[in-house]
Amino acid sequence: MKAGSNLEKVLAAGHFAVTGELGPPMGNNVEEVRHKAGFLKGIVESVNITDNQTAVVRMASWAACKILIDEGLEPNYQMVCRDRNRLALMADILGATALGIKNVLCLSGDHQRFGSHPESKNVYDLDSVQLLAAFQKMRDEKKFLNDKDLDGAPEIFIGAASNPFADPFEFRVPRLAKKIAAGADFVQTQCIYNMDKFREFMKRAVDKGLHEKCYILAGVTPMKSVGMANYMAKFVPGMDVPADIVKRLKGVDKKEQAAEGIKIAIEQIEEFKELEGVSGVHVMAIEWEHRAKEIIEGAGLLPRPEVD
Amino acid sequence: MIVGDSKPLEEILAMIEGREKVLVLGCRGCVTVCNVGGEKEVGILASTLRIARKKNGQAPGIEEMTLERQCDPEYIEELAEVAENYDAIISIACGVGPQFVSERFPGARVFPGINTTFIGGALEHGVWTERCQSCGNCLVHNFGGLCPIARCSKSLMNGPCGGSASGNCEISPDVPCVWDQIVKKMDAMGRLDELEQVWPNKNWLTARDGGPRQRVREDLKQ
Amino acid sequence: MRLQYPTDIRVIQLPCSGRVDILHLLKAFEDGADGVYVAGCMEGDCHFLTGNYKARRKVEYVKKVLESLGIEPERIEMYNMSSAEGPRFAQVANEFTERIAELGPSPVAKAKAA
Repeated sequence: MKAGSNLEKVLAAGHFAVTGELGPPMGNNVEEVRHKAGFLKGIVESVNITDNQTAVVRMASWAACKILIDEGLEPNYQMVCRDRNRLALMADILGATALGIKNVLCLSGDHQRFGSHPESKNVYDLDSVQLLAAFQKMRDEKKFLNDKDLDGAPEIFIGAASNPFADPFEFRVPRLAKKIAAGADFVQTQCIYNMDKFREFMKRAVDKGLHEKCYILAGVTPMKSVGMANYMAKFVPGMDVPADIVKRLKGVDKKEQAAEGIKIAIEQIEEFKELEGVSGVHVMAIEWEHRAKEIIEGAGLLPRPEVD
Repeated sequence: MIVGDSKPLEEILAMIEGREKVLVLGCRGCVTVCNVGGEKEVGILASTLRIARKKNGQAPGIEEMTLERQCDPEYIEELAEVAENYDAIISIACGVGPQFVSERFPGARVFPGINTTFIGGALEHGVWTERCQSCGNCLVHNFGGLCPIARCSKSLMNGPCGGSASGNCEISPDVPCVWDQIVKKMDAMGRLDELEQVWPNKNWLTARDGGPRQRVREDLKQ
Repeated sequence: MRLQYPTDIRVIQLPCSGRVDILHLLKAFEDGADGVYVAGCMEGDCHFLTGNYKARRKVEYVKKVLESLGIEPERIEMYNMSSAEGPRFAQVANEFTERIAELGPSPVAKAKAA
């Protein structure tokens, strides 16, 4: 065991894992965090807490993580390289693990230009691959990046993200391999809608044996409406929403679109359960935490296993 | 070259408000090549300022001068006789110009007439593009001759990130994703395997992060 | 053809409208001209291929300069006409003179006179 987190234990025991996601509030509204966490309690192994997602300022990820721990949930601390240099990244992982956080997800982070403070300066001292390597070094060698000894090393289950739908496609699996070589213990993918492309991505990953070196969790985000599908297709870079998904949502009554979106998500998860190399799903029900249970339950993934 | 952009006229007019005698000072270096601070642009800015002043019934009092370079004390010295004649000197060289003029003539009021934007080159007449961030430790040969530090919005050494779409950066469909170009170039060169290694953390000491930089060449010093 | 056009227009001949420089246009205003227009060949008919397109872009540039100085950008214009179109030349001269007459003297010239 690297960190002994619930997520790590469930994966290590060979169960099909489920993670969720929670975006902290744009303020210090603790109740909001508890309220959203309530919907996810008991239905996922751990919950990703986003870090200034889409470059919009929100309550610090580590703080929301701590609130989740106090509520009896396990957080995945998301960290972006956009907002911190290597000093702050190392300091924050030490602080986070001191507070009981056991999973981290290392990301480059969306560029701030379209966030809430586009005039800000970004950092990008390290990139996401280098951040994975930094945390692995801190955990396994018990040293800072400058090779000086740590007084207490972080026990942390290290995660990376992968977007199979970004370009150029032929370099996506090699880049995933780089992240695994740098230190990723688990990987969560970007929301998947184009199943054909994802199957091809997984085939290439499996051919390289990446699924044996790292747990790969497939990303699922239910479509709430045709409008959301169109928006994601057109305006979210690196998002691949095939026309047949939009068509299928359009084919039902407007009031039924959300239910149809959930149905699609459930069908996807059913397929992921059978797909070689996929160790679990990452359910990102964005601002829709209260519907996450329907999806997870619908996919026959409840109750969640308990592993010691 | 160093590429610049003219400051808005309103900003320049506000700088020289109430200052009677004004010198517009050009430079025959980079800013001449990028058509923003050479003799020609000195003429245009000076004429524009004269029109503005005449319109307000003021005496124009705008003179013109262009130095060989403003980044060299030798040429700044040409101002020695005249600097004190002016209530304002508008340097339309890169950011070095107004500083060198101010340093040499402590009493002068020197204003920057252009914004220095980047180190780059011309793609065609009238179009310039950023190519270098002067990080102090050039690595372009490892990336097919393309610089990820200057040209990736996130300066990623292990790109491309998940925002790369159809050859463009997530920040704008008008910004090419350099990592897309790097992957394609290295692939075409049969060197894609070189990108599969994890590039270690960059040492930013040689960049601006290590503090202001100065370079001394003992063999050249006199 | 002995067509009449206003006598207060001063014609400056150039081999091609592409030879017009931003500085020429500005200098005219600096020296008190109430209006300036460039008469180039028909678009697509430039002997040097793109001279008249370049002239138009320079005129557009000066329009922006005038605007930022609080001077009516209509005081400068680009016209395209064929050298075989004498009547068109006279018509444009009349039109532009009327436009400038409506705008009145240039604020630069006015201040100078005062």
